[in-house]
Amino acid sequence: MPSRQASARYSAFGLLRRGLTHRDWPRVWREHDLAPAYDAVIIGAGVHGLATAYYLAAKHGFTNVAVLDKAYVGGGGSGRNTAIIRSNYLTPDGVRFYDRSVKLYESLAAELNFNVMFSQRGHLTLAHNDGSLRTMRWRAEVNKLEGVDSEVIGPKEIKRLVPFMDVSPEARYPIMGALYHPPGGTIRHDAVNWGYARAADALGVQIHQNTEVIGIDVRAGQVRGVQTNRGPVSAPVVLNCTAGWASLVSAMAGVALPISTHPLQAAVTEPVKMFLRTVVVSGSLHVYVSQTDRGELVFGASTDAYPSYSMRGSLEFTEELAGHVLALMPSIAKLRLLRQWAGLCDMTPDFSPIMGITPVEGFLLDVGWGTYGFKAGPVAGETMAELIATGKTPQLIAAFDLARFAEGRLVGEKGAAAVGH
Amino acid sequence: MFQIPCPHCGLRNVAEFRHAGEQRRRPDPQTATPEEWRTYLYTQANDAGWTRETWYHRFGCRRFVGVQRHTVTNEVRPADTGPAPSVASPPAGIDAGAPDAGGGAM
Ligand SMILES: Cc1cc2nc3c(=O)[nH]c(=O)nc-3n(C[C@H](O)[C@H](O)[C@H](O)COP(=O)(O)OP(=O)(O)OC[C@H]3O[C@@H](n4cnc5c(N)ncnc54)[C@H](O)[C@@H]3O)c2cc1C
Ligand SMILES: [Zn+2]
Repeated sequence: MPSRQASARYSAFGLLRRGLTHRDWPRVWREHDLAPAYDAVIIGAGVHGLATAYYLAAKHGFTNVAVLDKAYVGGGGSGRNTAIIRSNYLTPDGVRFYDRSVKLYESLAAELNFNVMFSQRGHLTLAHNDGSLRTMRWRAEVNKLEGVDSEVIGPKEIKRLVPFMDVSPEARYPIMGALYHPPGGTIRHDAVNWGYARAADALGVQIHQNTEVIGIDVRAGQVRGVQTNRGPVSAPVVLNCTAGWASLVSAMAGVALPISTHPLQAAVTEPVKMFLRTVVVSGSLHVYVSQTDRGELVFGASTDAYPSYSMRGSLEFTEELAGHVLALMPSIAKLRLLRQWAGLCDMTPDFSPIMGITPVEGFLLDVGWGTYGFKAGPVAGETMAELIATGKTPQLIAAFDLARFAEGRLVGEKGAAAVGH
Repeated sequence: MFQIPCPHCGLRNVAEFRHAGEQRRRPDPQTATPEEWRTYLYTQANDAGWTRETWYHRFGCRRFVGVQRHTVTNEVRPADTGPAPSVASPPAGIDAGAPDAGGGAM
């Protein structure tokens, strides 16, 4: 396939002109023949792979890079998530890391010349019992220490923020308080994926869709390249960014992971007039809700109870979800669901990612993103790019190394990541 | 939704069971180092294809039940159906299955 011209810059004027004439819409990224060798191969064209490629090129001048995906850009979790961004985690390591990502997201649209529609509409996690309230106080204090805006608020303030919520003591699951995190919000996930892909492409990175990695070449403890359905590619650095498929790809290099793959489902209603400003999460009820700019309500929950690579939705999910959402907001009973879908989540034992080096030299990991990895795309890309370019593990991700499992240094984030993604 | 054949109760809805994990070889508790023990605790083969696993029939006979399940299609068959996949022993080998099963990321 021939290379095509790189994309033009987007502007309001260009949009108007092309919208009227429908002529020369620029291509967002190019197609290429697969070269026999690259300086780095990134497996997986989700937000993690694409962001890493972009920062490698933009910050380190590393442009001889290929991103390979067996399907299409954003075909994995990065195009299936509910796009909630927040940094109100529980461990100091987690809070610092996700806070850097929120900061990068705040300026991403300008940096990529692509409107990613980051809407910092506020994020509420409800407490229905003393235990949750205690964890929230703990989270709020850790957040404040790290300079992240979070506070515990009571039912009155919750009612002010979300007038449709049943905060009465008679509710099926009374609401005792909430962790309020004003900088949290939602983003347009496709725009983030496409924006990184386009910007990386413009800097010379090659994005290869429909290119499946079927083997990884390792000799004398050092990675040499990958085998694909389009032929072999050699590279001294191979990065695994395949999320739900991470175990399968790592096994090709002989690296076993503490990951099990669980489906996670989500659903969306027909659009209605704007009435819900903040993101609302209830850990005890296993649901969360946000309203998109188009007016649809987006619902999510916790993962399916058993590991699987199946991406089929289930009726149990819809039933349970509807019951729990109505316990929180009885007034939306007449709304109809438009569709539901599932994606694969690479769950780790401590609800934290696995980033950095492996026993195979040059074979790197950026996996274990579970149900919460979209928000981490920018910071993971930035730190993995630094690791590839300098050979040194950045301090911000040191706690997330693979060796922590065998050495017994887990990073306990379950209290802040099990339901609220 | 799928069903699991319980050797004690017959074919039952998966919602009656709790997934108790893939079957793995346990290191000898007398000789295993802490590192080996943790690797056994955390490492998963997490294969895409036929696997051997244990389910707990919590809303039934309350016994642990071994079955084979295809993790892409969720087909289930009794543990003694052949040809049986071998029990994974951590760390998983290089032949842990091709990632194509399941038809890509549709
Ligand atoms: C329903 C749902 C809701 C979610 N909600 C949120 C949320 O609100 N906030 C949040 O932060 N996170 C959320 N997540 C999690 C988030 O989507 C993921 O953690 C994140 O998108 C992972 O990105 P990634 O780039 O690592 O992987 P992915 O986007 O999954 O990309 C992996 C890619 O690897 C490719 N691949 C796999 N195997 C191969 C191979 N052998 N060769 C080549 N390519 C291969 C796949 O085709 C895929 O495109 C949610 C997930 C789901 C499913
Ligand atoms: Zn039984």
